[in-house]
Amino acid sequence: MRLNNKIFFIVLTLVLVLVLIAAIALGAVQILPSEMMAAFIHWCKGEANTSIYENVFLQLRLPRVLLCAITGAILAVSGVLMQGLFRNPVVEPGLIGTSAGAAFGASIVFSLSPFMSPLFKTVLGPFLVPVFAFMGGLAATYLVYSLAKNNKRVSILPLLLVGMAINAIGLSGVGLMTYIARDPQARSITFWNLGTFSGASWFQVLVTGMVALVCIYISFRQAKKLNVLLLGEQEAGYLGVEVNKLKTGILIVNTAMVSVATAFVGVIAFMGLIVPHVLRLLIGSDNRKLIPASIIMGALLLTLADMGARLLLAPAEMPIGIITSIIGAPLYIFLLKKYHFNQNHL
Amino acid sequence: MMISAEQINYSIGHKNILNNVSIQFLPGRCNLIIGPNGSGKSTLIKLLSGELDNYDGRIMYNSSDIKTFTKLRLAASRAVLSQQTELSFPMTVEEVVMLGRNPHFEFNPSKKDIEIVQEVIALLDLNSFIYRNYQTLSGGEKQRVHYARVLAQIWESPKDDQRYLFLDEPLNNLDIYYQELFLSIAVSLLNETTTLIGVVHDINIALRYADQLSFLKEGTIIKNGAPAKIVDAILIKEVFNVDTQIMAHPSTGKPIVLF
Repeated sequence: MRLNNKIFFIVLTLVLVLVLIAAIALGAVQILPSEMMAAFIHWCKGEANTSIYENVFLQLRLPRVLLCAITGAILAVSGVLMQGLFRNPVVEPGLIGTSAGAAFGASIVFSLSPFMSPLFKTVLGPFLVPVFAFMGGLAATYLVYSLAKNNKRVSILPLLLVGMAINAIGLSGVGLMTYIARDPQARSITFWNLGTFSGASWFQVLVTGMVALVCIYISFRQAKKLNVLLLGEQEAGYLGVEVNKLKTGILIVNTAMVSVATAFVGVIAFMGLIVPHVLRLLIGSDNRKLIPASIIMGALLLTLADMGARLLLAPAEMPIGIITSIIGAPLYIFLLKKYHFNQNHL
Repeated sequence: MMISAEQINYSIGHKNILNNVSIQFLPGRCNLIIGPNGSGKSTLIKLLSGELDNYDGRIMYNSSDIKTFTKLRLAASRAVLSQQTELSFPMTVEEVVMLGRNPHFEFNPSKKDIEIVQEVIALLDLNSFIYRNYQTLSGGEKQRVHYARVLAQIWESPKDDQRYLFLDEPLNNLDIYYQELFLSIAVSLLNETTTLIGVVHDINIALRYADQLSFLKEGTIIKNGAPAKIVDAILIKEVFNVDTQIMAHPSTGKPIVLF
């Protein structure tokens, strides 16, 4: 079942635009497209937004939907990259420690910042949380990768088992930080276990957006080499790919964007698993198509999930991680069963 | 114009895999290597093709040490067909063959890359498979796809008029029709700018195609030369520890081994 690529991309983009508009419009307060336009015009002219609807739109709804779309794109592309790197369809950032490590790194800042040297805060400024998240994510990913490596090869069973252990360490680190946190705002770090977009701000949109732009661009440039890597490291070497350089580069870029997203919205599991799987069925495994398609579909699906999180129990709000897990976990089991339970290389 | 190995020693841990191997391979001839399991044949191919680089000794492509080439430069003129290659994701046969053109294009394949892929696909009877998912093919069909990919890689190499083809026990999953086809295609490519080095398992296939046959045992070259001049029952006994009789093939006159 292969689709015509051009039509597929056009349709997917149109659906994304519609979903984005719907996500902005719907919620506790409904915002009409005319009000969105009015808010834009006022903003462009530098006038104050008088109406409460315009304020909800500009300060709450719009940044939230954008952050959600960017995060979805990051997680989906990350799934493509990690699956390509490990040559395995059941790998994603939530399973090999990246997200949990990043959450731990960020929670340290939230709980312990009163005790930190002011030097950190002056040098890093508003980037304190993302930088700590990146260090946590990188440390966890590297640890999982090197512990699971055996004879230069990473097989999936040790990878998942070590990933589970490092995830447990990362999340209990988050738990510890929550427990010792004094300031009430810091207690909200529990959200890292399940993810939420309720605190989205323009600053977060800007940082995540920029990191996503740079990281996804770099990985897209490597798409051809990642295709060759599908044949395995030895064959890729015979075809002229510097495999170790490629792997290190992709791992760093991937960890950077996942960590920054995790720092702001928490751990959102299974997104990186669902999107690449569905897309491979629809358009094949060519990373030159898979990466752009993942950007669109990742943004689309996570925005839908966030709409669900906001609307299903309205006026209360569900953590988005619950929704992605309800859909993602059964798919994960299905993939494991299909690809691994009857293969000897597990 | 040749590939030469000079006093190669290679070991993994304390185990010596290759002992003081010195050998030359000329272009335009079918150079085959044969030997019992674990004799170091595949390791020798991996060294000669540049996959392994932690050895003692020197490997020269013409007058340049192989270590002076970048991976990409080497890949533009040297291709290796391995024993077995698996894919974890669905890809069409055409896409897999196109991977062979990787060293020759930047991001998207050129018209010429597409033409070459079509040519090698036709050469290996794969026309009816082009859009099939590689993962659904049989072992022999998969091997044909990889052979097409490897041939596409060095179908022509504009930067360098020399090209090198390595075959590492490529015939394992093939019936005799495709065994013959694989080797006769390799032989048909041979000319003064094409060097072929292959490892085969079947002694009679080796005797039939080889211009130079090298017998490897426990990491040492026991004998090396034209099959008709070097092969006798004593050599086969020494290398494989099997009693055999050597006859002349009734139509070609080449030696065949009966056991």
